[in-house]
Amino acid sequence: MRKTVFNGTALPLLLLTPQLVITAIFFLWPAGAAIWQSLLQEDPWGMSSQFVGLRNFTEVLAEPEWRGAAWNTLIFSSSVAVLAMGTALFLAVQADKSIRGANIYRTLLVWPYAVAPAIAAVLWLFLFHPSIGLVGRALNEAGVAWDYKLNGNQAMLLVIVAAAWKQVSYNFIFFLAGLQSIPRSVLEAAAIDGAKPVRRFWTIILPLLSPTAFFLLVVNLVYAFFDTFGVIHALTGGGPGKATETLIYKVYVEGVQNVNLGSSSAQSVILMILVIALTAVQFRFIERKVHY
Amino acid sequence: MASLEVSGLTKSFGATHVLHGIDLAVEDGEMIVIVGASGCGKSTLLRIVAGLETASSGSIRIAGREVSALEPAERDIAMVFQNYALYPHMTVEQNMAYGLKIRGLPKPEIARRVAEAAGLLGIGPLLARRPRQLSGGQRQRVAMGRAIVREPKLFLFDEPLSNLDAKLRVQMRAEIRRLQRRLGVTSLFVTHDQTEAMTLGDRLVVMHAGHAAQIASPMEIWARPADTYVAGFIGSPAMNFLEGTLAEGGQVVALKAGPVLRFADGPRAGGEGRPLTIGIRPEHVELAEGGIPLPLDLVEPLGSETVLHGRLPGGEALVVKLAGPGPGAQSLPVALPAAALHVFDGETGKRLDP
Repeated sequence: MRKTVFNGTALPLLLLTPQLVITAIFFLWPAGAAIWQSLLQEDPWGMSSQFVGLRNFTEVLAEPEWRGAAWNTLIFSSSVAVLAMGTALFLAVQADKSIRGANIYRTLLVWPYAVAPAIAAVLWLFLFHPSIGLVGRALNEAGVAWDYKLNGNQAMLLVIVAAAWKQVSYNFIFFLAGLQSIPRSVLEAAAIDGAKPVRRFWTIILPLLSPTAFFLLVVNLVYAFFDTFGVIHALTGGGPGKATETLIYKVYVEGVQNVNLGSSSAQSVILMILVIALTAVQFRFIERKVHY
Repeated sequence: MASLEVSGLTKSFGATHVLHGIDLAVEDGEMIVIVGASGCGKSTLLRIVAGLETASSGSIRIAGREVSALEPAERDIAMVFQNYALYPHMTVEQNMAYGLKIRGLPKPEIARRVAEAAGLLGIGPLLARRPRQLSGGQRQRVAMGRAIVREPKLFLFDEPLSNLDAKLRVQMRAEIRRLQRRLGVTSLFVTHDQTEAMTLGDRLVVMHAGHAAQIASPMEIWARPADTYVAGFIGSPAMNFLEGTLAEGGQVVALKAGPVLRFADGPRAGGEGRPLTIGIRPEHVELAEGGIPLPLDLVEPLGSETVLHGRLPGGEALVVKLAGPGPGAQSLPVALPAAALHVFDGETGKRLDP
């Protein structure tokens, strides 16, 4: 890579300023505030606060509700990641093959990414609402007891599908790029070596896609942890009961609805640590891992 | 080991005709080089034999068996690609063993074959490495090894030396030839490099615009090119072409540049004034007192020989190759020996024999 050498420090600092300011205002400040807040306990009326050290953390981690939300998050994020990546990989393999109309097909597949989470949720609501949803009503008329407002498992299923649907586009673009960067001759060599299409996929294509897949896994997990708040909020509101309450949703419930700022902050700090850890793993892995 | 017969092979991509009926019979153990400029259809021909493309019509028989409808895997062939096409995520050993594993060979047999091929190619110490840790020449050897272990009926080479630097290319060229002789595997080798073609092939197929312009041994092609395209393609520097017309009942050619030359090997058919193209290789042009004056505009010294570029009186370019250092003169008298002339039809470019 080419290095540019600046004379003096004024210009480089000036060029860095916008990015630094944005990072400071939108990340460092709120994150710092959250960390500080997580060490305090407020009185119920919000009139005074008191330093309590790590007590918020120990209380949160001991709470059965928090553990429930952590379990939900685990189920939810792993399902979203697997479903979104699996579907995207399948579609990308098809798109890599198809010749006619490939561009239209690809464009259509990218659209869901441009839909805001809440809108996506409403779309799925109109499909699966037990009394006004197209599919929901059909299911009930067909004798399936479908009501995600009452059945926790159905609610979880619905938010998983809705959240995964939005992420498929993103994964699709990366998988398609990954597939197209595999030299055609390598696949031809495998064909001459006697590998049938299915075997070629498992022994050549998939291993060569693994760096892409790992990157996407981390991105999808982070997405499922944070960006799915809108989908859950608009579809189920964490319910029924606490069936679809994930960690990020619980941060909202605790902080905004229950106004328990100390606990809410502690929970968001835990989430922050989790994501930093995930990102660190990813960077370590990418540095070490082969790029073909 | 096997023979290969290609007959009436055509290929079109939509309205574009790439191959116009190729007929080729390769004997057991023979090395055939398919040579031609880019876009002549040589790679397409190879890929059709491999089964990576389907022919529009025609038949391909390997060891007497019709393979047109078979998958590449079922044709019992091995191919070496221009970019080597090694599996980047596998070690050298795994690369070579891949095809054998798929065929379900027992492990000891796979290990034996891989070790044997590695020994043959001198890549034994590299077996645990991955392709990206190898140099171009080493990758090339691994690609060869992957083909050898399969013990196929037919080797296909798709410009395997093009990505190597000049020195390595010459070295690998000799190595491929030796290996092919030793293993005795029937081979098709595609290249655009005429030196590679001349040195490697038992016979050459010179392709031009989807036709096989000539199929013959390298010396035959050099000595008796079938048309002006082949004549100009094979040999370096390229053959000189001079315009002329038939005269004196087919005994002589009157060159546009002035001289009248008598054919050494007998009269050519055709009427008086039939347009001809006369070919003469630069190394066959002689210096002679009282010859045609050739003013020089460029002298290229190559050490052991010198290439001179000049223009004949009629304005046609003539290239002369002389042994040893070039003369200091600005103009040289040259003679065109009758025995070295190649006579082609002026309109079709086809060779005219007596």
